[in-house]
Amino acid sequence: MPGITAYGAYIPLHRLSRAEIARAWGGKPAPGERAVASYDEDSLTMAFAAARDCLRGVDRTTVDGVYFASTTAPYKEKQAAATIASVLDLPPEAVTVDFGGSLRCGTNALKAALDAVAAGGADSVLVCAADTRLGYPAGPGELNFGDGAVAVLVGAGDALAQVRHFDSRYYEIQDTWRSDRDTFVRTAEDRFSMDEGYVDVMAHGIAAALEKYGLAAADVAHVALNSPNARQLATIAKKLRFDVQTQVGDVLHAAVGDTGCAASLLSLVAALEQAAAGDTILLACYGNGCDTAVLEATDRVTSVPACRGVRRHIESRRMLRSYEQYLRWRGLLPIQPAPRPPVEERVPSPAAQWREVPWEMRLTGTRCLNCGTPQYPPQRVCIECHHKDEMEPYRFTDVPARVFSYSHDYVMETLDSPVTVTFIDFEGGGRIMCDMTDRDPDDVVVGMPVELSFRRLYFVNGVYNYWWKCQPVRCARPEV
Amino acid sequence: MEGIKDRVAIVGMGCVKFGENWGQSLEDMIVDAAWEAFEDAGVGPEDIQAAWWGTLFAGHTGQILAAPLKLAYVPVTHVENACATGSEAIRNAAYAVAAGQYDVVLALGAEKLKDTGYSGLPQTRPVATWSYRLTTQTPAAGFAMMATGYFAKYGLSYDEGKELLAHIAVKNHHNGTLNPKAHFQREITLEQAINAPTIAWPLGLYDCAGVSDGAAAAIIVRADLAKQFRDDPIYVKAAQICQGPREGWLSQKYDLAHVEETWRGGQAAYAEAGVKDPRREISIAEVHDCFSITELTIMEDLQFSPRGRAAEDVRAGAFQIDGDLPVNTDGGLKSFGHPIGATGLRMLYEVYKQLQGKAGPRQVKDPRLGLTHNQGGEPGAATVSVVIAGNELG
Repeated sequence: MPGITAYGAYIPLHRLSRAEIARAWGGKPAPGERAVASYDEDSLTMAFAAARDCLRGVDRTTVDGVYFASTTAPYKEKQAAATIASVLDLPPEAVTVDFGGSLRCGTNALKAALDAVAAGGADSVLVCAADTRLGYPAGPGELNFGDGAVAVLVGAGDALAQVRHFDSRYYEIQDTWRSDRDTFVRTAEDRFSMDEGYVDVMAHGIAAALEKYGLAAADVAHVALNSPNARQLATIAKKLRFDVQTQVGDVLHAAVGDTGCAASLLSLVAALEQAAAGDTILLACYGNGCDTAVLEATDRVTSVPACRGVRRHIESRRMLRSYEQYLRWRGLLPIQPAPRPPVEERVPSPAAQWREVPWEMRLTGTRCLNCGTPQYPPQRVCIECHHKDEMEPYRFTDVPARVFSYSHDYVMETLDSPVTVTFIDFEGGGRIMCDMTDRDPDDVVVGMPVELSFRRLYFVNGVYNYWWKCQPVRCARPEV
Repeated sequence: MEGIKDRVAIVGMGCVKFGENWGQSLEDMIVDAAWEAFEDAGVGPEDIQAAWWGTLFAGHTGQILAAPLKLAYVPVTHVENACATGSEAIRNAAYAVAAGQYDVVLALGAEKLKDTGYSGLPQTRPVATWSYRLTTQTPAAGFAMMATGYFAKYGLSYDEGKELLAHIAVKNHHNGTLNPKAHFQREITLEQAINAPTIAWPLGLYDCAGVSDGAAAAIIVRADLAKQFRDDPIYVKAAQICQGPREGWLSQKYDLAHVEETWRGGQAAYAEAGVKDPRREISIAEVHDCFSITELTIMEDLQFSPRGRAAEDVRAGAFQIDGDLPVNTDGGLKSFGHPIGATGLRMLYEVYKQLQGKAGPRQVKDPRLGLTHNQGGEPGAATVSVVIAGNELG
């Protein structure tokens, strides 16, 4: 069977402490915190961010498939995988598929990718999964869910973990669901869901897999599972005789929360970050059935690339000011509109958006072949030497940049006032004006290093308008 | 290039009170501004041989102007150049007269902004050019970034910069109190300006111009006919407009501490008017203080102050009505208000009245040359008009 050749993760910067949720609603504060997608993020932008993390150092022309998994895709009808492939600038003949429908869709996508590569239908498939599920305010979902994304690259050769076995079983039960008319996740009675759903199905699925492949619980070095909360994870671990500390070693519930369809794969990435060559890793995912996989880490697992992964993203964090800020960001609390022109006046033109995919969605400008000056947006007549039509495409997304000037705009309508607007100058030339996201206004200074992040500018008339913003560099490695 | 120095003259002007003119329609303001100008020049609408209509938001085609004034089936041209629209109407009208095509023309600009129901300006970005994937900031932030750039370049702390800009707001508010047509007629203190709510950091409420309704008009004639209309015509010495190629938004060479178009527009106007030493030769200037930082940098770009040293002149009061080069004696955009299409003509209205000695309590002593500076766009991507006028030929 093929294996995992690269991995990446994305956990949004902001965290909401469960004590702050208890402050709003009363009751005993639960421990830990949960990740909250920024007001301008969704499952598509986060999946893209994880994909970008996964593909650091990977030749993108070799990727010939993108499988996007989410139960919270921005569109019911419009493919997110195609958008992600386009922004990544992958070859146009890459196979793109959206998966959804249950929390198992992330591992469903992984299985489909493994099968495609094994069958010779693809060489290298990027699987990315993201969720931003909403729990009812004051309910356990709100407390335990978290927003996050993960990406793994599936290929035939040079794996850092070989997938030895992959089993799948379905199970019809109304324990967790969200209809096409629902905003919030609904659940059946907790004990019924746990006993007859999660614990029973996972216990049987995992036990069957271990037995089938002749493994004892003690043979597994790392266990990567999704679970609605830490308590159910502990229950299943105990039932299967896995040691919660050493084998499960969950870092996600306390710091991130249940990231839906991304959870078990994020747990897998966390395991790979810790794994030694030869380690056996058990992956299992529950959601209207159960997927189980047995992986074996190779020599490559310890020499993995510069991706930010799970642990560095967990460390890169900022607390939300308040529970009310979370409500506001998720659009759950109507607020006084700003006395500004309505957003309806900014309906994007589908034709213009289509025409501008290469240079807007991919932030590709031009570099003058005569004088070498990079410029954005792309110019036909050079801003510097005025030569006409002597340009080559020049992509700015991964070029280091610094803030040249900025302002905090308190008048513009936004869910995260003020709008921080910047001029940024790129190393090697080029300047753009863009918004800055995930910043503390007090920390913004002229000259600070920034990186670019793909975000949602706003939503109008059913259109999510995505573009790039700058942000303070995250997960910066210490200077050597 | 010959230029139009002394080839055309202004013989009548009108300007309504700017402000939140809830009770006045666009047509009401057009009629009031035009009739003040007509009566000032001793003409009527039937004497107008062609007209230039400046507006950004109040409607397309010359009909918007021809209809309320009942112009006599003459050519009317709608011009637009962002916040420099009013000056663009003046320039085109002046050039047509200088070209010999007409003897008596009207330039009128007006805007009815307060009916939108919100503060600030309506959206202006056309659908065809961008798919709305850029920044989401207001114009205030575009200019605020020049304040950040200026403070960084010249090593001003936030407190130092705020205090410096507050002097400009205090001056323009004071001048507004002397002007019954100004939108705002209220003194403010340095402390009020410094401590006002932030609009676009580092700019606060009093760093920003008012958004107003208003209209202003000019009757422009051949210079050799001017004395048939009045004894004290005002002669146009220069009318220039400089359109930048958005270089500052794309190139790292732009310092965001000046406006290149103001520098170049000023140079062109000084050359046309024969001005060698602007600080000494210009008697009064009406400049585009859409934000306080804009006025500060204009002082340097128009060579009123040495580069990087406008602060010294601002703090010394050089640009107050009793200073050696009074700037924005009528209150400027800050206090007179900023109905886009009318602003360039409003600036000329003050220069015209000052040069005729009719500016009342704001009158400066023995002015000879007046300058208007009218800017559209934002730092890095601007449109700048500079008009110079004088009360004597030669």
